[in-house]
Amino acid sequence: MDTFFQSFLSGAAVGMVYGLIAVGIVFIYRATAVFNFAVGSMMAFGAYLMWTFYCQLSLPFWLSLVFTLLGSAGLGLITERLCLRPLIGEPILSSVLLTLALSYLINGMIVGFWGTVDHELPSIFPKSIIHLGKVSLSHEWLWSFMISFVIILLLSLFVRRSRIGLLMRATCEDHVIAEARGISVESIFSLVWAICGLITSAAGILLALQLGVSQSLPLIAFKAFPAIIFGGLESILGACIGGLLVGILENLAGTYITSWVMEVTPYVILLLVLIIRPHGLFGLERIERI
Amino acid sequence: MAMNHNRPCGTFDTSYEQTMSVVRTPLRWTILIIFIVAIFVMPRVFSGRLLSLANLIGISIVAIQGLNLVTGYCGQMNLGQTAFMAVGAYSSALFISKLGFPWLLALPCSAITAGLVALLFGLPSLRIKGFYLAMATLAAQFIIPTLLVNIRPDITGGTHSLIVRPPVIAGFKFNTQAEMFYLIMICAVLATYLTKNIVRTGVGRAFIAIRDNDLSAEVMGINTFYYKSLAFFICGLFAGVAGCLWAHWMRAINPDNFTIMGSIWYLGMLIVGGIGSTAGAVFGVVFLRVIDFIATDVSLSLGQQFPEHMAFFQSAFSVLVQGLVIVLFVVIEPRGLNERWQLFKASYRLHPFNY
Repeated sequence: MDTFFQSFLSGAAVGMVYGLIAVGIVFIYRATAVFNFAVGSMMAFGAYLMWTFYCQLSLPFWLSLVFTLLGSAGLGLITERLCLRPLIGEPILSSVLLTLALSYLINGMIVGFWGTVDHELPSIFPKSIIHLGKVSLSHEWLWSFMISFVIILLLSLFVRRSRIGLLMRATCEDHVIAEARGISVESIFSLVWAICGLITSAAGILLALQLGVSQSLPLIAFKAFPAIIFGGLESILGACIGGLLVGILENLAGTYITSWVMEVTPYVILLLVLIIRPHGLFGLERIERI
Repeated sequence: MAMNHNRPCGTFDTSYEQTMSVVRTPLRWTILIIFIVAIFVMPRVFSGRLLSLANLIGISIVAIQGLNLVTGYCGQMNLGQTAFMAVGAYSSALFISKLGFPWLLALPCSAITAGLVALLFGLPSLRIKGFYLAMATLAAQFIIPTLLVNIRPDITGGTHSLIVRPPVIAGFKFNTQAEMFYLIMICAVLATYLTKNIVRTGVGRAFIAIRDNDLSAEVMGINTFYYKSLAFFICGLFAGVAGCLWAHWMRAINPDNFTIMGSIWYLGMLIVGGIGSTAGAVFGVVFLRVIDFIATDVSLSLGQQFPEHMAFFQSAFSVLVQGLVIVLFVVIEPRGLNERWQLFKASYRLHPFNY
């Protein structure tokens, strides 16, 4: 039973970070109907930026955090302005391929600037390990769970309650009508990409604190895609729960079957969900008309 | 499709066969024959790296025509083409080494294996499309290599490379680049011809109808599930052939050869060439492979010029160039090189009065 709780808790902790990444993707999808495959690279970019400010330039932690968030938001803005905006109205495949190529490009930039050597991001959390009975949990995972949770909560409040959130939801419903009602759809697009930059770099830093700053960070972000499929593309809460489920199931499979099953579990779940309930647990079932 | 483009002045079709034929005029026949002869003379002229580039292009053409059918013509996104190639490569290697199949039998068998796997991952396409389908094929891209490494490492070699023997047909061993070249080019030409023909038939028209609007297609009596599955199966067949050729060309296969980056790269070739046209797919493959080849050369020589940035040029330069080319094409010319080629031909035909 203790093994069960142990893997359950560590799964939940990492799952919340998947959820955070998934929220970044859902955010962009809701407003612009673009599926951002470049989140992994944006995440790694944030982590490397943090490493540069914090370890290489040895700035204080909070200052380097602010700079990193600004830099990542800037990356999101530039991406949107230069690459995504000309694509409005083009078929889905173009935008999918564009974000995939962008991830290629950003990965190349990371290798170019920072090289292929892995780095370690010194932890700011207490080193000790929390014991709950026989279950032990590191401070880092606990904190990353809580920070991710708070960010997701704030974002969903932002979308539900604030005026800008309302504009974003209107844009998501229909671009043309939103424009006709006087909403600047373009600035909403920019804003959404900037927010996605913020979220992904936060997730990148949280992951890098535990796993180090390395070339394998972008691959972790692919685990967020099953989370989205689980929760449905339309819902922030769904993405969060999907992330948790993916993390937990992945860890349980890793513990109870064999370790390599962990790698494929999210994708097997994804296939099953796609076949059984294609619009996810919380997604809207769209009725199409010709 | 071919009928939509304007013809050179004075060219009229006088029979139904002529209208429907792939190669319509004597001039086109001449050009085609010269082109094919030129391809098969290539190994006498080129050698070494250029020839291996040509081989890589040939294999990519086979893979890309399959992808073109499923993504370009049938409109079903496929992010797992290299995973299906991996299935083809491994099954062909194992059919030959474990079951003792001759190469000519192993080729169709591995193609069918890959086709069935592709069919399996294409099954969700019944209910989903767009991003969701992209996810299903992305799952293939992650599941298949992991299974290859872990499920029977005693057979597949696990993380180690699996050594593959060169293909043998009727006692003749295809041992060198030049000998492989003929084999690969025959497959590439056949793949292109088959694709061109499939899209002219009822099957191809059904694919196009599904791509343009799958609900309308269903209303018109097209069995969308059957045709979507068929598209995935044919795509898998092509990927299997490409994978088999790849395995026997490289002589050593490793799950690391078949990553998500490869699949992205194939989709990129499709977009750069012009999606939904057989010629465009070939243009895209040739263009991107040549760019990659040149970028590698340039980065090597630049690395020698500036030894202090050696690491940058070695590891990042060609990736950056590749990514940039795809991004630029998607943003600036989403219809690809084929569109430019058609425009060029049109303006040439209408030459003095090109308005």
